[in-house]
Amino acid sequence: MFIEQISVFIENRPGRLAETLTFLAARGQDIRAFSVAEKADFGILRMIVHNPDAAVAALKEKGFTAKKTEVLGILIGNAPGSSVKAIQVLSDAGINIEYTYAFVTPQAGGAFVLLRVQDNVRAAEILRQAGVALVGHKDIF
Amino acid sequence: MGSYFQPEIETATRDYLHAVQSARLIRMVENCYRNVPFYRRQFDAAGLLPGDIHSIADITKLPFTEKQDLRDTYPFGLFAVPREKLVRIHASSGTTGKQTVVGYTQEDVLHWAEGAARALVAAGATKEDYIHVSYGYGLFTGGLGLHYGAELLGATAIPVSSGNTKRQVQILQDFGSNFLCCTPSYAMFIGETVAQMGIDPKTLAVRGGLFGAEPWTENMRRKIERLLDIKAHDIYGLSEIAGPGVSYDCKEFHGMHICEDYFYPEVIDPETLKPLPDGEFGELVFTCIGKEALPLVRYRTRDISALVHEPCGCGRTLVRMLKPRGRTDDMLIIRGVNVFPSQVEHVILEQGLEPNYQIVVDRQDSLDVMTVLVELSDAMFSDSVAFIETAQARLKNAMLSTLGVSADIRLVDPRSLPRSEGKAMRVVDRRKLVD
Repeated sequence: MFIEQISVFIENRPGRLAETLTFLAARGQDIRAFSVAEKADFGILRMIVHNPDAAVAALKEKGFTAKKTEVLGILIGNAPGSSVKAIQVLSDAGINIEYTYAFVTPQAGGAFVLLRVQDNVRAAEILRQAGVALVGHKDIF
Repeated sequence: MGSYFQPEIETATRDYLHAVQSARLIRMVENCYRNVPFYRRQFDAAGLLPGDIHSIADITKLPFTEKQDLRDTYPFGLFAVPREKLVRIHASSGTTGKQTVVGYTQEDVLHWAEGAARALVAAGATKEDYIHVSYGYGLFTGGLGLHYGAELLGATAIPVSSGNTKRQVQILQDFGSNFLCCTPSYAMFIGETVAQMGIDPKTLAVRGGLFGAEPWTENMRRKIERLLDIKAHDIYGLSEIAGPGVSYDCKEFHGMHICEDYFYPEVIDPETLKPLPDGEFGELVFTCIGKEALPLVRYRTRDISALVHEPCGCGRTLVRMLKPRGRTDDMLIIRGVNVFPSQVEHVILEQGLEPNYQIVVDRQDSLDVMTVLVELSDAMFSDSVAFIETAQARLKNAMLSTLGVSADIRLVDPRSLPRSEGKAMRVVDRRKLVD
């Protein structure tokens, strides 16, 4: 039920992000969402692609440092404050969100929010009990 | 002509110097043979007896000593005196955390201080002067070396040690320091701080400086002289031989006069090991003919220099060595600390990382800055920034504790560092050391 995210190490030099994205596009990878965690001397590009296994293999082959991580995906409504509920229940349960990013698709009727937590199983259970809609890989593509 | 600390030696005839050197070499060889098992084995292997050495000219019969011999006999294996005769220990960093340890008797400390005092006088210092010592005090020989030299001269030593640059400037200003002693890169930094603090260097009492423990250029000399409105003198030394004061600039600035009555120099071809004639650059070798505790025989310094025996305009007859042009090994000198690439590699391996790295040394704001580029391996990568930063900080701390000098860690893509013949090019030194 979790979503496989891929992370790629991006050395801090001009053009490196574009190179990485171009490389994946050339391999027919549909990138649904991405975010960049940026530090002074490097960045981590995190993204949701159509075929994560193939993407990681191709990136490593090309000399990138890449790996897969499972994250939680939830669907939230268009009404203001919808995402607050999900974040609130996790925080009430003492679950720390390491990072999060969101994206919309025309079909979904709402926004997808991706959450990185330490214990996916426990967080999913808490969200489910609170009535938050969890989504999987096929719901996004 | 000028003033000398010990004119009877500094301006002696070559014949007199040879007589002194011959007598000391004979005594030293005897001491080595009798008291250092390592040297007895070396002499036996060469079929040499102390009686075979009759004068300084026989020095070429003796075997060489290398830094590795000090490591192999770590810590005190080459000491030639019993413990009750030792009065001081110093040490410098070496590969894989093992230091090069040196010892001194009371006489050794005195002779070393004479060298430093000769250097101070050659730079124009007198008993009346305040000598501001900003070299680090501790196992490093810089601080105590100049300190004892200043006291032996009868001048006033101010043991400021290194760091806290604003306080350094305040002491220069308030105490009226007349001579500054530190590494040349730190002198530049102090000079720039003087300017930043809005102080006109002409209002300071400081008129000269003795700078050493790292290579520097004529350009740096001019810059330091302008920043501090002083005369900047080079002082050379290494702990294996004594410390700062092995050789020193006079007012002619045409090479550094070597205290050859204590430290006998040769320049050899590092390949054939044959002595080279005056003026030719090769590896500098010293024999500690005046030392009791650690009488090193033909110690290979790895510094590249040339000797000049011509008379000097200052009146000194002591042989001069030209400014070292580099080294015959891969040792780097970072802010006065000796760093070998093999130490960096050792730390990286210890952290469970792949040894794909490059050391970049640069001079920023007059200070040496070392950056270690490390190719990121899977073990160090995660989707979490905190994870990578923790690994980076661990590596940085390990570098500091092994090298004794800080290094910035920059992570780069795998296989991105330049390689030649499959091996990464380990060192990029961007400091300009030759004008």
